[in-house]
Amino acid sequence: MKNVMGIIMSGGRNTKLKELSTIRSSPAVPVGGKYRAIDFVLSNMVNSGITNIGVITQYSFRSLMDHLGSGKEWDLDRKTDGLFLFPPFLSDEGTGWYRGTADAMYNNLTFLKRSNEEYVLIAQGNCIFTTTFDDMLRAHKEKEADITVAYREMNDIPMEELSNMGIMQLDSSSRVIDFQEKPMHPNTLNGSLGIYMIKRELLIALLEESVAHGYYDFVLDIIIKMLHKLKIYGYKYNGYWRSMSTVQMYYKCNMDLLDPAVNNELLGNLKIYTKVKDEAPAKYNEEAEVKNSIIADGCIIEGTVENSVLFRGVTVKRGAVVKDSIIMQGSIIEEDSALNYAILDKNVILSRNKCLKGEKSWPIIIGKNVIV
Amino acid sequence: MIRKEMIAMLLAGGQGSRLGVLTKNVAKPAVLYGGKYRIIDFSLSNCINSGIDTVGVLTQYQPLKLNAHIGIGKPWDMDRIDGGVTILSPYLKAEIGEWFKGTANAVYQNIQYIDKYSPHYVIILSGDHIYKMDYSKMLDFHKENQADATISVINVPYEEASRYGIMNCHANGKIYEFEEKPKNPKSTLASMGVYIFNWPILREYLIKDNECSDSENDFGKNIIPAMLGDGKSMWAYQYSGYWRDVGTIQAFWESNMDLVSRVPQFNLFDPEWRIYTPNPVKPAHYIASSACVKKSLVAEGCSVYGTVVNSILFPGAYIEEGAFIQDSIIMSNSRVCKNAYVNRSIISEQVIIGEKARLGEGADVPNEYKPGIYNSGITVVGEEASIPADAVIGKNVMIDIGASAADFTSLNVESGKSVFKGGVAE
Repeated sequence: MKNVMGIIMSGGRNTKLKELSTIRSSPAVPVGGKYRAIDFVLSNMVNSGITNIGVITQYSFRSLMDHLGSGKEWDLDRKTDGLFLFPPFLSDEGTGWYRGTADAMYNNLTFLKRSNEEYVLIAQGNCIFTTTFDDMLRAHKEKEADITVAYREMNDIPMEELSNMGIMQLDSSSRVIDFQEKPMHPNTLNGSLGIYMIKRELLIALLEESVAHGYYDFVLDIIIKMLHKLKIYGYKYNGYWRSMSTVQMYYKCNMDLLDPAVNNELLGNLKIYTKVKDEAPAKYNEEAEVKNSIIADGCIIEGTVENSVLFRGVTVKRGAVVKDSIIMQGSIIEEDSALNYAILDKNVILSRNKCLKGEKSWPIIIGKNVIV
Repeated sequence: MIRKEMIAMLLAGGQGSRLGVLTKNVAKPAVLYGGKYRIIDFSLSNCINSGIDTVGVLTQYQPLKLNAHIGIGKPWDMDRIDGGVTILSPYLKAEIGEWFKGTANAVYQNIQYIDKYSPHYVIILSGDHIYKMDYSKMLDFHKENQADATISVINVPYEEASRYGIMNCHANGKIYEFEEKPKNPKSTLASMGVYIFNWPILREYLIKDNECSDSENDFGKNIIPAMLGDGKSMWAYQYSGYWRDVGTIQAFWESNMDLVSRVPQFNLFDPEWRIYTPNPVKPAHYIASSACVKKSLVAEGCSVYGTVVNSILFPGAYIEEGAFIQDSIIMSNSRVCKNAYVNRSIISEQVIIGEKARLGEGADVPNEYKPGIYNSGITVVGEEASIPADAVIGKNVMIDIGASAADFTSLNVESGKSVFKGGVAE
């Protein structure tokens, strides 16, 4: 796919991720023991052969910038093309904040204009899925579409989540005939993945026209307004897909990785790249009792761990019992403490004999660097 | 060119023949160790952690994996504009091409490389040892004593001293005598093969040594004694800490097993002294509900459905349900199938152990083919071998690289026997 460039939208603020997103944007939330959400879409693009990728950021992008660096872990530190980061900036026209997704891309129009790929693939940075985009490009060309929108039948996602998505209706030829952004009452299960394939020249023209009229949102002001003027087609994606939209979805997605079938689909075939940390292999001591869990490098385990995801460098001491929990990098579970349905952010210390218990539907979250 | 104070020359050409099938296709420094590393990672990481960013790696024997491993030195942060890591292999001169004859000759042949940086000091290292050492402290010691050469030494048990080069020194550390493998050692300070030299002096001795036709061109045997004989100022820098020459199957196995003790003498988890290696692109490992893992190291990309006790799993190892691994080392991407049993064995990369196969059972009989190598009760399986289902394999057995079902004349391989690819020993 040398003829496609990528744009990853990673700007949106997400208050539904609670404490997890106060210090980072949702694409930077840690997932699956060693990744951040954005690793998936970025690796998907790299695995598709896309080597010219812009990441548009807005809210709390420090951790995201730190994570992506020069892009060398994704093999994107290139002389030609590679990885480009676009935080908001002040300019003659710009206010310093992107006023919407279309405005964000419009502010970085130079990137689009200076590139020479025929197509642009726009995707969201906070979704967990593993695929390549070759098939979507093929479908886009076959239909001679102006815009192709990837969607998925969201039959495995709670109804209330659907109200956070774009819901599409398609005709028998897969042409999008109705598109509702975040509808109160979704009329189909076809949720948009926020992944769009479009010709670069067309995208530039649409952005210029829209922003000139004071419209700043790609979905509301371009897709929906142009639904009948442009040939907008749906492309059905059938694989596993989750958006890091709420705490519940975040929790569920991490737990889904404990299912070998899901784990294999997401991590078994295509390589997912991430920033490396040079930790030693995980160490299990005599008393370790680990069942159905994902354990990253650098962990030292002397206690019990069940149905949990442990990120790099977590220590679980003797007598501690961790169940149904997600523990991020560098946290320490001291002796004889217990953890149930909890999400611990980075570098949390759970002191001796302490017990934290959340509910499956409402896991308790402990913010970064907290000592309990 | 920026002048470097000290650069390192890392000797990585040794075969390590006592590691048997483990070094049949790779040089000893490239042998896997400790769940994700190769032996050379320790010396390379010591260099960068000590502030040495220019390292010449001298390769000779089977360098392919080593070269691929080191690459441009990125994992050790040695992809530098000035210096960095350079692989120095033997090369053809105007009229003759020659191999590195000895350790000193290897450095002699690369005088040009060192001259390019005109360093004050050169540190000579070997890529064969497992240890963590701050070479900058040794350099401080070297400078304090205004030494011409400083040799790092470690205290060894008296009964083992005759296996090493032994330094006899005054109380202040100044060396007055050096004995290579003495029958009756006068001290227990063994050379670790880590030397700091003032480059102009070493340069002179290397040239002199090369002109001497009966020299073995070896640091321990020739250069050090010659310098001592000339009354150069030579000092012993005493190192105390974990240091292992993992040169035999037993030493290799034991040193790996040291890592799984509760508080290992050798700490891989020290954030102040990280050991670097190319990281595999693999997910965090998965421990299934049916699994049990105790006293073990488990690397990324492993899947464990069986039982693993007192063992080390390298990236991508797959342990199926009902399999039982004990006191063993399972290297990258090997698979142990259902209900197989692996005891006290070293399993190389990409090996398949068939269902219900049993390894490392029976009497402790030394290997018939190479009794000097396989004699400590450890069975060794070469890379890409596949052990047929239901096979029963004894102790001290050697399974050749790439051996497959066709090479097994019987499913019962008694202790001390070997299985060769193609059926015959080379």
